[in-house]
Amino acid sequence: MSTNPLHVSPPARDNGALPPSAKRASTWASLNSVRRYLVNQLVTVLAVMSTVVVIVPLVAILVYLIYMGASSLNLAFFTHIPAPVGETGGGMANAMVGSGVILGVASLLGIPVGIGAGVYLAEFGRGSLLAAAIRFTADVLNGVPSIVMGIAAWVLLVKGRGFSALAGGVALAIMMVPTITRTTEEMLATVPHAIREAALGLGVPKWRTVLSVSLKTASPGIITGCMLAFARVAGETAPLLFTAFGNQFWSFKLTEPIAALPLQIYAYAISPYDEWHRLAWAGSLVLIAMIMVAVTLVRIYASRGVLKGAS
Amino acid sequence: MGVSISVEHLNAWYGTTHTLQDINVNLPANHATALIGPSGCGKSTFVRCLNRMHETNPIARATGVVKMGDIDIYKDAQPVQIRRRVGMVFQRPNPFPTMSIYDNVASGLKLNGFRNRTVLDETVERSLKSAALWEEVKDDLKKKSGASLSGGQQQRMCIARALAVDPEVLLMDEPASALDPVSTSKIEDLIFQLKSQYTIVIVTHNMQQAARVAENTGFFLNGKMVEFDSTHKIFTNPKDKRTEDYITGRFG
Repeated sequence: MSTNPLHVSPPARDNGALPPSAKRASTWASLNSVRRYLVNQLVTVLAVMSTVVVIVPLVAILVYLIYMGASSLNLAFFTHIPAPVGETGGGMANAMVGSGVILGVASLLGIPVGIGAGVYLAEFGRGSLLAAAIRFTADVLNGVPSIVMGIAAWVLLVKGRGFSALAGGVALAIMMVPTITRTTEEMLATVPHAIREAALGLGVPKWRTVLSVSLKTASPGIITGCMLAFARVAGETAPLLFTAFGNQFWSFKLTEPIAALPLQIYAYAISPYDEWHRLAWAGSLVLIAMIMVAVTLVRIYASRGVLKGAS
Repeated sequence: MGVSISVEHLNAWYGTTHTLQDINVNLPANHATALIGPSGCGKSTFVRCLNRMHETNPIARATGVVKMGDIDIYKDAQPVQIRRRVGMVFQRPNPFPTMSIYDNVASGLKLNGFRNRTVLDETVERSLKSAALWEEVKDDLKKKSGASLSGGQQQRMCIARALAVDPEVLLMDEPASALDPVSTSKIEDLIFQLKSQYTIVIVTHNMQQAARVAENTGFFLNGKMVEFDSTHKIFTNPKDKRTEDYITGRFG
């Protein structure tokens, strides 16, 4: 035996004395490793296949849109308003601007309200009855079909007053709020409590802690939520049918009916003219491109100034 | 300069659990006081009552008198005012992940609306030097996130952050328990230097640490402060049998 006190010899093994369970475990060890390998391979293949199933339709739609729409895109499409029936040419310039106006109004109203409600749920109303009610309402609102939203907005804002860009923006804002609220709440919940305590421990008031620490830490997720909500309502047609209504001419007033890309696409797609069908395809392509550009710009803007090693 | 703390009949609850029972103690200014005791005995709650962080938990409440100098912190002041005078360092380093090292250290001032660049620059440098971190980070102050530092560096940055608001008292809740021995000894050296300027209260599970850094030691058990005396006395000749059992490791 060694006299070095640091040298501890392992306890002697006597295989005959192993408990039955241990013996069984050693017998199964090799079989188990084969099984694990196979399961691992199987799950990996399934995961890759699911990804393909998700990606293929997306790419297919995009490629088909480009194929059908790109040929009808010309300068006039971006600078002219729709041509009267029977004339060829014309574009969707007013619809693009209209979509921008409606989405601008919707974002201006929906994003602050949505984030505000999410902040209340996560930071102030924890466990309160009001918070539970808001959460429930948001979840229900998320599931309401957009056409119902449009009818509701019609009753509230259009009936007796006339169609307007503002009503369209409000209808879309209402659709954005639940998504943004719930994402904000969930993202704030992932901010470690220790970080809030750090701020409070420095004598920072609670409101300032929420604004400059909690919200700032959660901002990448919240921005993603806002972009998802934005992208979702950007293509909505049904709520706009009852609110913004559409317009064949230029309109820049919030109180008047205004054109929007989805409405114009819808009107052209159900028309009997081939020329209009082609324009509808082009409009769809432009709509998707506009959403992609908007999302990308916000992402670039949001990722600016992120520090080395920031988590 | 540090300020003395006197605690009279302090009681604290979490919901219906009576976590602190009638604590009476005087913590002298410009000294380090160690608090020892088994987990769940109320040490952390006690420390959190000293800067009114205890009440940030909605189910928590506290009664009694805590005086910092002449001010009764529960009567004469708002929680945010107290917390600016009492710095706190937590068990796990908790840097603000979105902020640079500079902004982390300056956060106590910046988030309270302080904007003067020159003063901020000076404060950040002085605080990081006090926390013995300046040399290691001075080239990356605004480039790197506070979260990119190692655990030990993060904790020293958190100490610098607490020092930057120029507190009179520094509360440390097991500041080295999540760190390796090298970082731990750096933190201990730091406490040793800082106690000439601040009143320090440090919670620790490491009794050698208490012996190394603190003049006075309090022993907590089941929400009560069983014994409070000079560290030397607590570790060599405790009055209470339970204290002796705990420090000799015979505790059941």
